[in-house]
Amino acid sequence: MKARVHITLKNGVLDPQGKAIQHALDALGFEGVDDVRQGKYIELDLAETDRATAEANVEEMCKKLLSNMVIENYAIDIE
Amino acid sequence: MKSAVVTFPASNCDRDMFDALEKITGQTPHRIWHQDCEIPDVDVIALPGGFSFGDYLRCGAMAARSPAIKAIRDHADRGGNVIGVCNGFQVLTEMGLLPGALMRNASLKFVCKTVQLKVENADSTFTNAYGKGDVIDIPVAHHDGNYFADADTLAELEDTGRIAFRYVNSSGEATAEANPNGSQHNIAGIMNKRGNILGMMPHPERLIEDAQGGTDGRGFFESIINTLN
Repeated sequence: MKARVHITLKNGVLDPQGKAIQHALDALGFEGVDDVRQGKYIELDLAETDRATAEANVEEMCKKLLSNMVIENYAIDIE
Repeated sequence: MKSAVVTFPASNCDRDMFDALEKITGQTPHRIWHQDCEIPDVDVIALPGGFSFGDYLRCGAMAARSPAIKAIRDHADRGGNVIGVCNGFQVLTEMGLLPGALMRNASLKFVCKTVQLKVENADSTFTNAYGKGDVIDIPVAHHDGNYFADADTLAELEDTGRIAFRYVNSSGEATAEANPNGSQHNIAGIMNKRGNILGMMPHPERLIEDAQGGTDGRGFFESIINTLN
């Protein structure tokens, strides 16, 4: 079973890297990019075969290590 | 004063911290490896600067899950003093012992220079050798020192005197120009509610003798000694 985790910055948390990417896109001539927020994508290969258990496990992983709840949100996709 | 310095893989200021503690306290600190599960009974545990675990995932995230962390947490829970400098500050926030987070510098650049800090609270365990409002020189060297916390946390830190140091100009004003990394409220160092844990991005251990160009960092260590006496 595979889990895909997206880690994104919470609303209101400044993202200087996203801003730099936005400026670079602008410099390359890509117009109309109003905002850029960057984050992380993590893929996990799991031995677990039960979907609900896998999701619960990955949620614990997100809370304990994969994301910093002070500044980040996480979204889990299991397949 | 008995002390211990914890070294993680890719810590690189641990010897400076060790040296500063040894010279100022006159006692040899214990060296703790991140896989050690026990830390001797000491007055202060120091988490040094560096790039533990290559800053993988987030700065300090891996170090904050090391085997030695439980002993550090137990020491702090007993009221023992803990100091975290630079990467050590990042580890303390990742452990949840201090609020907020250290993010990428607003400039996106690594900042390595001497900055001015204002002593905002001179009554604490870590600052009592200074005078309130003193402006001191301390070096910074970091890529991720941009302090972030939500509005409620910032208000609480301000209202309870838990901001130890703030980035200022030579006149003592907390201006945007004097802020090397974009930290909210120009915050350079904070304490926990109980007052036994301090984290700061600047490096007091790098300015403790004339050979280093100044001694403004000594007061930080002398404050802890004063408190213990």
